Amino acid sequence: MRVFADQDRCVGSGQCVLTAPAVFDQRDEDGIVTLLTDDPPPGEHEAVRRAAVLCPAMAIRLAGS
Amino acid sequence: MSAHTTETGRPAETGETPAFPMPRAAGCPFDPPSRLREMRAEGPPAKVRLWDGSTPWLVTRYADQRALLADPRISADTGLPGYPHPTPGSAERRRYARTFISMDDPGHSRLRRMVTAPFTVRRVEALRPVVQGIVNGLIDDMLAGPRPVDLVREFALPVPSMVICEMLGVPYADHDFFQADSRILVNRDEPVQAQARAQENLVGYLERLVSAKLVRPGDDVLSRVAAEQVATGALSRRDAAAMGMLLLVAGHETTANMIALGTLALLLHPGQLAELRDSGDPALVASTVEELLRYLTIVHSGRRRVALADIEVGGRTIHAGDGVVLATDAANRDEERFADPDRLDDHRDARGHLAFGFGVHQCLGQNLARMELQVVYGTLYRRIPGLRLAVDLDRVPFKHDAQIFGVYELPVTW
Ligand code: HEM
Ligand code: SF4
Repeated sequence: MRVFADQDRCVGSGQCVLTAPAVFDQRDEDGIVTLLTDDPPPGEHEAVRRAAVLCPAMAIRLAGS
Repeated sequence: MSAHTTETGRPAETGETPAFPMPRAAGCPFDPPSRLREMRAEGPPAKVRLWDGSTPWLVTRYADQRALLADPRISADTGLPGYPHPTPGSAERRRYARTFISMDDPGHSRLRRMVTAPFTVRRVEALRPVVQGIVNGLIDDMLAGPRPVDLVREFALPVPSMVICEMLGVPYADHDFFQADSRILVNRDEPVQAQARAQENLVGYLERLVSAKLVRPGDDVLSRVAAEQVATGALSRRDAAAMGMLLLVAGHETTANMIALGTLALLLHPGQLAELRDSGDPALVASTVEELLRYLTIVHSGRRRVALADIEVGGRTIHAGDGVVLATDAANRDEERFADPDRLDDHRDARGHLAFGFGVHQCLGQNLARMELQVVYGTLYRRIPGLRLAVDLDRVPFKHDAQIFGVYELPVTW
């Protein structure tokens, strides 16, 4: 699985961090999303898929499975 | 151009187009209006009639609302013709101060990002001990004082008020004034002049605070906005004050009503209250918060938008210029999204509810609100295990007339 986070679209809602804190983080200066990894281990995949659905700004895109 | 202007007042329409907002039915005080549920069962968006005779679309299904709220062809700009204003005051107030809640991108994003840092999951988590201290102190006071008490006045309002004052750097001693003005801003039936005056009071007050913080900064959000945005010329004092007002007002009535109404809902579901009280499990507290946000959906007058282009939704065409009202309270009870939606179930996975909205305007303070509610629901019933209503349920005054649902008073004892 590859994870892409679009920092231009992100509104800093934190939904991704609440859902998959091992994969997503927020920048201290403006709350915008950053990736801790773009290739999460299989154990994180379900949480990452959930984060992508919960993101209100459609800023998280996934490729592969 | 605006579709409803020509339709307004057509007698043939008046008969068929239901008035919005709709009254809640007798029965369960937490259930959305029955007409709203019927419209959701029918499915596609349908026209409703507002206070000013305009006839925007009402969208009731979860899937349709999620898609629309994330659609860039829909605008939150209250100044556009066709925008479905919730009150006469809403149309008027825009002249006095504009904030990012009623702007589209890129302007919205530019301003929102100026104040996002203090609301990240990590920063909010770091505040948890401060909130716990505030909650403990207020409970100590209630336990030491006379009974019964009005939980709204003594607890539900002070918690978010003290927290947001602490974050913004607003003196809590001024709370009588800004709580009164905040309330005027969210009442549906308040005269236009009263709302304009309340808004002007608040912005003026915050403008003075911003000016003071330019000279003597503290460790708070307003000081940071003053130093980083006002001092650099990125934002005028007035716009900084308007932003401060948005943050002060947005987190007040909302969180306070979730505390009081959530407590009432739990008191009426004693099994779930007992489990919450006795388990001490933070995961159960967190899922209770999400479920109560979904079940109560206190922002019950719908998200308001206007279409910038023709948009197909559920087999209907919303035309450019049409107003759109998105009934998130109906979405959160949509059985296609939530099984057995009218049941309060603390164990369900309620994330994905639309109680904080969806799309780029989704609540900026959501993680602060979550944390405050987790501290409150995780503490209040443990500290006061015998908590109960001090009056019959039918004596509890519900806020049917407010844009944010809740109770005016909640007399409790133990
Ligand atoms: C349980 C409590 C709360 C609820 C139910 C709630 C609900 C909402 C909703 C539904 C919206 C979306 C408005 C729209 O789409 O038109 C919103 C936006 C907003 N909320 Fe909250 N809110 C709560 C607490 C807070 C708190 C504590 C703050 C902190 C200051 C806050 C600040 C804001 C701001 C600034 C916006 C505008 C965001 C934007 O337009 O980008 N809210 N809130
Ligand atoms: S959920 Fe989306 S909008 Fe929210 S912080 Fe993550 S990427 Fe940004």
